[in-house]
Amino acid sequence: MSTSSPSLVHARGLTKRFGEFVAVDAIDFDVHPGAAFGFLGPNGAGKTSTMRMIACASPVTDGTLSVVGMDPRTQAREIKARLGVVPQTDNLDTELTVRENLEMYARYFDIPGRVARARTDELLEFVQLKERARDQVEPLSGGMKRRLTIARALINEPDLVILDEPTTGLDPQARHLLWDRLYRLKQRGATLIITTHYMDEAEQLCDHLVVMDKAKIVAAGSPRELIDRYSTREVLELRLGDEVRANLNGALDGLADRIEELPDRLLLYTNDGERALDQVHERHIHVTGALVRRSSLEDVFLSLTGRSLVE
Amino acid sequence: MTVIAQPATRVFTRNWLAYKRIWYRSLFFSFLQPFMFLTAMGLGIGALVGSSNPNAFGGLSYLEFIGPGVMAATAMQTATFESSYPIMNKIMWGRNYEAILSTPLGTRSIVLGELLWISFRIVTVATIFLVVLVVFGIVASPLAVLALGVVLLVGIGFSSMLIAFTTTQKNDVGFSAIFRFGINPLFLFSGTFFPLTQLPEPVRALAWATPLFHGVELVRGLVLDQLDLGAAPFHLAYLLAFAAIGVYLADRGMARRMAK
Repeated sequence: MSTSSPSLVHARGLTKRFGEFVAVDAIDFDVHPGAAFGFLGPNGAGKTSTMRMIACASPVTDGTLSVVGMDPRTQAREIKARLGVVPQTDNLDTELTVRENLEMYARYFDIPGRVARARTDELLEFVQLKERARDQVEPLSGGMKRRLTIARALINEPDLVILDEPTTGLDPQARHLLWDRLYRLKQRGATLIITTHYMDEAEQLCDHLVVMDKAKIVAAGSPRELIDRYSTREVLELRLGDEVRANLNGALDGLADRIEELPDRLLLYTNDGERALDQVHERHIHVTGALVRRSSLEDVFLSLTGRSLVE
Repeated sequence: MTVIAQPATRVFTRNWLAYKRIWYRSLFFSFLQPFMFLTAMGLGIGALVGSSNPNAFGGLSYLEFIGPGVMAATAMQTATFESSYPIMNKIMWGRNYEAILSTPLGTRSIVLGELLWISFRIVTVATIFLVVLVVFGIVASPLAVLALGVVLLVGIGFSSMLIAFTTTQKNDVGFSAIFRFGINPLFLFSGTFFPLTQLPEPVRALAWATPLFHGVELVRGLVLDQLDLGAAPFHLAYLLAFAAIGVYLADRGMARRMAK
């Protein structure tokens, strides 16, 4: 990613307040052309409020924000002409057919009819909904509706596509199909901003991430950088019986850089998980289950906030 | 103005796309409604009320009296209904406006587009009503066509006021109150079914202050060719003011509601 290119979204001290409540607290970030930029964080962290300010759907309370080089306060109309928005909750037009949804949306952007029809054909192909073109929206599955919403967001050939939790509520198969489409979109050079509370989604799609918690950005970097910086190489997950766990009295001390206690298991952060497990056995601690794995973004989040991403 | 007018026609086009699937049903009911009303009330009840006192309606038959009145009242009902649940759906349940506002269109285009659409619906329904009145033989002058303009004004007034109300509501509970305590009393007490002189003085003054009454008076005058030229400018000014305030409030309400 080039840092010298002008950023598509530039935010400094960006703040959103609803009365007394601070939804976004003076955050700084830059989204560069061609990036797949992710906002990772639990529900209520301020991701959606940030998205809505970028999309000119919600006024900025304080700080500076520029989107595709313009100011949302004064040039919302011009900015919106160059954005594609996939909202968290589907808002397809259920009184229109699949095809009409795209063609009508094109009209809102003042795209001439002939161009609109051509793009509609192409996009229905891209999101694999060509066979459903004449159908009403309502009988479509959740995954199909999401794909149609993505097609709709691309009708104006946007410079920047904003996706707010694109796969929340979808089954695994539908998620993978959607990821595949987003990945192709990225390969075609589109700039994406994605919010998610799924770490696998962030790892799959994003090349730059900011982690949000309680209205603030608590970390930023590529998925790999974040893991290197905030977690160890490996994690030993231990499951212990209730009695054993209650009477540990520091029996695990010194086995790991850091230990996280989750309700159902303990996470031991170490660069060599197998060796730590051997030491657990040497100390005659009775283990009901053990797993050594590589660190993930979930661990990064846990280390930064002491909480899991998906509760 | 073109900056706003053009996007507003997009909203109209969207409604037309949705409507064209059901237009024949909608038009059928638009015919059926006045036909039934005029047959039951005008001919049925009319035969009874006319026989007791021939001058009760200023020398008019009951059919002549209520026909134009119901035409104006129907515009009010069409306007209020189209501006309640359908608009709330697009704000909250279906989130259509959220989707539209992600495009270069703004809330003003939405309000003007919806009013344009509702105007089209009102003129359609009123034209059918007028045709039915011709069939019943009570239209006295070609100037009756002007009644369509009056009805349109009544419709825009009620429609915009209802849109303004809808933008302040968190759910649809408020609508039943509006229909029960607002629209139904206006329907009954605006000189539609009987002359206001039948009412006690204070109630009559109240009826005078409501918008539908002025629409009923103008439409009746134009359809039966007995317009009171002294009172007409006053009625018209009232309706214009009502519509202007309504459009202002609807525009302001939609902007506030959608900017959260």
